[in-house]
Amino acid sequence: MELTGAQVLLESLRREEVEVIFGYPGGATIDIYNEMSKYPFKHVMTRHEQAAVHAADGYARASGKAGVCLVTSGPGATNTVTGIATAYMDSIPIVVFTGQVPTCLIGNDAFQEADIVGITRPCVKHNFLVKDVKDLALTIKQAFYIARTGRPGPVLVDLPKDVMQAKIEYEYPGEIHMRSYSPHYEPNARQIGKVIDLLRFTRRPLLFVGGGVIGSNASEELIWLAKNLHIPVIGTLMGLGSFPGNEPLWFGMVGMHGTYAANMAINNADLLLAVGVRFDDRVTGKLSSFAEKAKIVHIDIDPTSIRKNVSVEVPMVCDCRRALKALRSEIDAAGEPVNWEEKHGDWIGKIQAWQKSQPMSYEINGSTYIKPQMVIESIYELTKGRAIIATEVGQNQMWAAQFYKYHKPRTLLTSGGLGTMGYGFPAAIGAQFAFPSSLVIDIAGDGSIQMNIQELATAVSYELPVKIVILNNGHLGMVRQWQELFYNRNYCSTCLHKNPDFVALAKAYGAEGYRIEKRENVKDVLKQAFATKRPAIIDVLVEPEENVYPMVPAGASLTDMLLV
Amino acid sequence: MRHVLSILVENEPGVLSRVAGLFSGRGFNIESLNVAPTLEKEVSRMTICTTGEEQIIEQIIKQLRKLITVIKVVDLTHLQAVEREMVLIKVGAEDSKRAEILRIADIFRCKVIDVAASELTLEIIGDQGKIRAIINLLQRFGIKEIARTGTGALRRSMQFED
Ligand SMILES: Cc1ncc(C[n+]2csc(CCOP(=O)(O)OP(=O)(O)O)c2C)c(N)n1
Repeated sequence: MELTGAQVLLESLRREEVEVIFGYPGGATIDIYNEMSKYPFKHVMTRHEQAAVHAADGYARASGKAGVCLVTSGPGATNTVTGIATAYMDSIPIVVFTGQVPTCLIGNDAFQEADIVGITRPCVKHNFLVKDVKDLALTIKQAFYIARTGRPGPVLVDLPKDVMQAKIEYEYPGEIHMRSYSPHYEPNARQIGKVIDLLRFTRRPLLFVGGGVIGSNASEELIWLAKNLHIPVIGTLMGLGSFPGNEPLWFGMVGMHGTYAANMAINNADLLLAVGVRFDDRVTGKLSSFAEKAKIVHIDIDPTSIRKNVSVEVPMVCDCRRALKALRSEIDAAGEPVNWEEKHGDWIGKIQAWQKSQPMSYEINGSTYIKPQMVIESIYELTKGRAIIATEVGQNQMWAAQFYKYHKPRTLLTSGGLGTMGYGFPAAIGAQFAFPSSLVIDIAGDGSIQMNIQELATAVSYELPVKIVILNNGHLGMVRQWQELFYNRNYCSTCLHKNPDFVALAKAYGAEGYRIEKRENVKDVLKQAFATKRPAIIDVLVEPEENVYPMVPAGASLTDMLLV
Repeated sequence: MRHVLSILVENEPGVLSRVAGLFSGRGFNIESLNVAPTLEKEVSRMTICTTGEEQIIEQIIKQLRKLITVIKVVDLTHLQAVEREMVLIKVGAEDSKRAEILRIADIFRCKVIDVAASELTLEIIGDQGKIRAIINLLQRFGIKEIARTGTGALRRSMQFED
């Protein structure tokens, strides 16, 4: 069957079982768009290429499938960079197709030419420039393979216009093998044995879980291990949802804005079972005092994560799910009667005491303003933990992490590694395509939401019921908080006193708009807004100078927390 | 400590910038880098000399292996290996100094590959110690230009216990 390059691309996407493409057209991709209607997938036109990438990313995080994105050359391609870097930092599988000028013009500073392969090289798992249509099908196959396997990540494929027009006899490769890339999944039996020994002889074990647990779909195994061995669990921002947030063994998020109990636990544990984490500086605080008393077992698919920041007792480079499964089989097989509950009882009691002495809380008295934390609690109560929550970046993100309990994996979509303002709303749109009947809520700040507000047009035109809850504090709150605490309240460039009327703005786009100004209305109005079938902004006027606590100042030890 | 890494890569456009970009982006040192095709035309060998503490070297090796186009990375530092670099040196050689320079060239088994009235160009092949020594010795005659290939290295066929 002879096909054009454009047809090869679309046919290959069909074979990769792609359901949705997020994109934005242009001269270099017209050939592809010209064929689009003949294929079974949905093309979603966003209003900005950055949003198309975030939407593909949100789709991927929520569904576990690879997200796909298609943009034109030059500015279309450069607009994807922030989205790609966001996905890269959080190990999210997406494949980004960019148009490119015809091969004969590459390097000529042609109209709308950008060396996007060069520009994105440091923030992709891999990228390709396809110079010949005969390489196209194999390249697409490899792109999906690389994006989905090992430690997942974004892959970019650059498609010159003449390659899209050239014809070729089509054949799509089945299995592929790459001699320079073969991820290692299986855990090493000796290392498993060492972990079991450590479990037997330590008294204060702690499961410390991250995005790798979610990426490898290891929640079930994690829950088994924690519950059967009575091991308390704490998580990174990226790990929220991997263990049910409403279970008694869960003690919350660790790190700069982690819970008191989690941060105390990590520095008092004698065994840290670190699964799918990478010991980011926002998590560890001062490295020299991090988990000082613990032997560390580090399970991660990426060898570069291991011993990058902390030295470990037992390194295990493998798939997190398989490692946890192997531990389970070993423990089952050993059949020896360890009374784990008794062995770890004191330790759990100790963490519970920390939790009780400093629970997640906030000051309510002395102010008539709505407290932002209260809004998140109301969202949790209304949704009973069943919504998909996306966040922007800043205080809104931290409160969403602290005050909402994530019951299931893939229900929190947040830019952890890069901290990209403007991520949440388009990510929520992507997730809504994966789960059309779920309630998807973007928890936003009044600053961040304006970074991709144009996507209201996308939500309206595809009739998506996405909700945006703006915790409107009239500031770039998180930066203001740092200025307040560490820069003498020099609020330079962090006041947003001339914000638009978000309710009117929503309506102008054809969405619904609600405003909440009084505490007593929070729940009712949220409830009403969540019930509509249309996209809606809920603009909540909150305490203008509220801070996120606990807070470990940058570079301090985890146990040196500023508390409420 | 100095490490010599021998790396097999897919010989395709961009592979050099992937490797070089990794070093610059992560703040790793490159002392020298040399790359050329092997007998298999899709595969090139890179030899990179770098310095750093053990933990950094471990990261460099892991990060290199993580690049999709890298097939194999071997750290030759802890193996027995042969290592050579070629250097071309253009040195000032007036009549009065010429004999002395030629004597040094002879001792170091260099070749004279270009001669002019007041300059000589020498070709030196050797390990780092030899090259450092001859550059040192020639400096007092005035080295006008120098071109170095960077280290190339191979693992020795026979490895003996130390
Ligand atoms: C694209 C981008 N630019 C700048 C920053 C730096 N930054 C981090 S938090 C923050 C403030 C966010 O303000 P807002 O969205 O209003 O949220 P709040 O902290 O008030 O909840 C800024 C500017 C960022 N994370 N991302």
